[in-house]
Amino acid sequence: MVGIVGYGAYIPRNRIKVEEIAKIWGADAPSYKRGLGLEEKSVPSPDQDTITMSVEASKYALKRARINPLDIGAVYVGSESHPYAVKPSGTVLAEAIGATPEVHTASFEFACKAGTEAMFVCIGLVESGRIKYGLAVGADTSQGAPGDALEYSTAAGAAAFIFGRDNVLAEINETYAFMTDTPDFWRREYEHYPRHAGRFTGEPAYFKHVLGAATGIMKKSGMTPKDFDYVIFHQPNGKFPLNAAKQLGFQKEQVETGRLVPKLGNTYSGSSPIGLTAVLDVARPGNKILLVSYGSGAGSDGFIFTVTDRILGVQNLAVKTREMLDNNKVYIDYGTYAKYRGKIRKAE
Amino acid sequence: MANPAKYWREIPQRFRLEAAKCASCGKIFFPPRLICDKCKSRQFEKVTLKDEGKVLTYTIIRVGSSQFADQTPYAVGVIELDDGVRITSQIVDCDFEKLTIGQRVRIEFRKIQKVGAAGILCYGYKCVPA
Amino acid sequence: MRDVAVIGVGLNKKWGELWEMPLRDILAEAALAAIDDAGVDHIDSMYVGCMSGGLFVGQEHLGAMMADYIGMTPVPATRVESACCSGGTAVRQGYLDVASGASDIVLAAGVEKMTDVSGDEATYALSTASDMEYEAYQGITFPGLYALIARAHMHQFGTTREQLAHVAVKNHRHAAKNPVAQYPFEITVQGVLESTLVADPLHILDCSPITDGAAAIVLCSLDMARKICKKPLVKIIGSGQATSTIALHSRSDMTWFESTAKAAEKAFKMAGKGPRDIHVAEVHDCFTIAEIVILEALGFTERGKGGTAAESGMTALGGRIPVNTSGGLKGKGHPVGATGVAQVVEITRQLRGESGERQVKGARVGLTQNMGGTGASTVVHILEAQ
Repeated sequence: MVGIVGYGAYIPRNRIKVEEIAKIWGADAPSYKRGLGLEEKSVPSPDQDTITMSVEASKYALKRARINPLDIGAVYVGSESHPYAVKPSGTVLAEAIGATPEVHTASFEFACKAGTEAMFVCIGLVESGRIKYGLAVGADTSQGAPGDALEYSTAAGAAAFIFGRDNVLAEINETYAFMTDTPDFWRREYEHYPRHAGRFTGEPAYFKHVLGAATGIMKKSGMTPKDFDYVIFHQPNGKFPLNAAKQLGFQKEQVETGRLVPKLGNTYSGSSPIGLTAVLDVARPGNKILLVSYGSGAGSDGFIFTVTDRILGVQNLAVKTREMLDNNKVYIDYGTYAKYRGKIRKAE
Repeated sequence: MANPAKYWREIPQRFRLEAAKCASCGKIFFPPRLICDKCKSRQFEKVTLKDEGKVLTYTIIRVGSSQFADQTPYAVGVIELDDGVRITSQIVDCDFEKLTIGQRVRIEFRKIQKVGAAGILCYGYKCVPA
Repeated sequence: MRDVAVIGVGLNKKWGELWEMPLRDILAEAALAAIDDAGVDHIDSMYVGCMSGGLFVGQEHLGAMMADYIGMTPVPATRVESACCSGGTAVRQGYLDVASGASDIVLAAGVEKMTDVSGDEATYALSTASDMEYEAYQGITFPGLYALIARAHMHQFGTTREQLAHVAVKNHRHAAKNPVAQYPFEITVQGVLESTLVADPLHILDCSPITDGAAAIVLCSLDMARKICKKPLVKIIGSGQATSTIALHSRSDMTWFESTAKAAEKAFKMAGKGPRDIHVAEVHDCFTIAEIVILEALGFTERGKGGTAAESGMTALGGRIPVNTSGGLKGKGHPVGATGVAQVVEITRQLRGESGERQVKGARVGLTQNMGGTGASTVVHILEAQ
């Protein structure tokens, strides 16, 4: 059976609070926190990017998978902040983990669902028998325009999954993709910051596709919300996943383990994948997990996993996601944040 | 500073810590060399360095090159990895006040340099408190 | 090997930021001053030490440049480089040229013009003395490398920041008596400790500066010197050169300069002298910690006790063994390639009794120690008044 043989995440240790950002732009912090369901977000250091975080998350995944990196046949990185516009992040990642040269690499892009795209494709390649193991990473160091609402939530993080056929810790039971052309959030070539369409990003965008994919995959697999132990939705803010859960008939308890956004922020292509790693860290054999991502533009990928006995032996082989999120944090001020994120115009 | 060829040929060392162990006396060289300076043997086997070690000495760079302006001040030290090999490396994600000689650290993959706004990105190893 | 004497010495008029002078003129001014001091009308061979004409001013081929601009083509001329030890190495090559009998009168010069590039570019050029791929690439700076040595020394031997500062204070006090010096004024220990931190624990006043300058000496066989030299004769009685690993982290002992110890051992042996016989010395205080470790490696103090030397006055003018009466690299300036040659200029003048306010009374035996990188190269010379 095909499934996940190893998983890992990486979250940088810097954090900035909503209050700190609100102070600079003269916004009302308490109301932003309430409205967004968000307290603070992660910030990458200047020496971190999508590639460095992908490498660390993948190394943790390898620790749990305990496979020879040379047996990895595909390395895919999904992000909207690939360090190069032309030169796939996967080339550096594959070299760093020792998977080269017999490996296929590509960069994926679809706003916040680029990570699950990588997962979707790896599953297909492993199932077909074309590759033995596939590494799929969702990682971002997302940027929000200064003073824009997105600045409160755009965060950094990575999650990596190695798919294979033997020794899986979670079987893949079903996949599903739901996609339409919906221009809710985009970035034109050569523009520095993305643009979004305000409230249009809600109902006709996030909710239409997340609900569409969730409903579609449950129908395809003949399952209902109560059949799942955990559900993870894409998390652009604290409220949307709770709202989606409610609309679909899930309970808050099913969502909470995988909902890291209030303290992490929106890690874009890392968002639902990191949520999945947090769930896997505490899951028990037999647990059923539903993962539904969302990428603006727009589309949602759905996955149904069943956790196997092997999970108990691997959870402790690498650092757990909630530990990275809660421990070893350092809070920075807006000036440091702006410096780290390259938002200060310098002399060339 | 780093032209692509000069940077690319050091990738096995910078990304994977690939080193050479003298087949005769066992001394490990990082980067690999053509001749062992201890026993003069020219036979080596490929090894990978351990990814944890301890700080032998360190400093905080407060006036650095413009390449590292966004990270200044930053700590750099000589780290002795658990196989006895010593490297010079930045120490990041650390409280300067808590840095001590003898402290345990581990290797993390980070971006080391970049060649301006349009040149290549150069990656490699840094250390974080273990 | 024949005996070799120093018969002429010279520096360009002033060390510092020489905006109006190009490298070739600074070099020629020093070379001509030494040739005039020697009173010779021809040279058989010449050497010029320069760390990086290429990176600092975009000019290589400095041997030919010097021969041309002092009006002495077709005399053979050789550019010598070993980072900050380029000058000392030029002196040694000149010494060997005469000692071997290949030449009778040899000019050994050193120059660096460092102010035509930005601070960032100068820092980069200086960093090329280290292991570029495994030290500099990682983000360590030159002051940073010496800071690593300082912290290790402080940890191992209890050396204090005050003891480091005393080295800079002493050298400035000496520089205040040197009209050529870049910084001819005194500073205080408090001033050093309050100056900007560059790389913990080193402050900006623990570090030698960026300087334009040149120095030159004329060497001659002792026999010929007795006939032609009008100044008091100074003979090179010991010469030693040694290397160590290029990277600091490759050394088993990071608080010691093995190349200095080895070069000194050879020079002392050749001279038939020991550290106690030295009356005055010029050593490579690129950073205050360097002078401290060098004193230990030369055997002037016990291992670990180098920090007490400046603090106690042992190495000040009037002390048991004055070190860096010229002001050292810190007070006089450090035009990289020139430093090693300027050290021989200072010691020669001391041994001739020409040092005026800076004279060490009764100085008959002097030592120069010039070092490159974090101690990867050292050249030591011992000179004696005849």
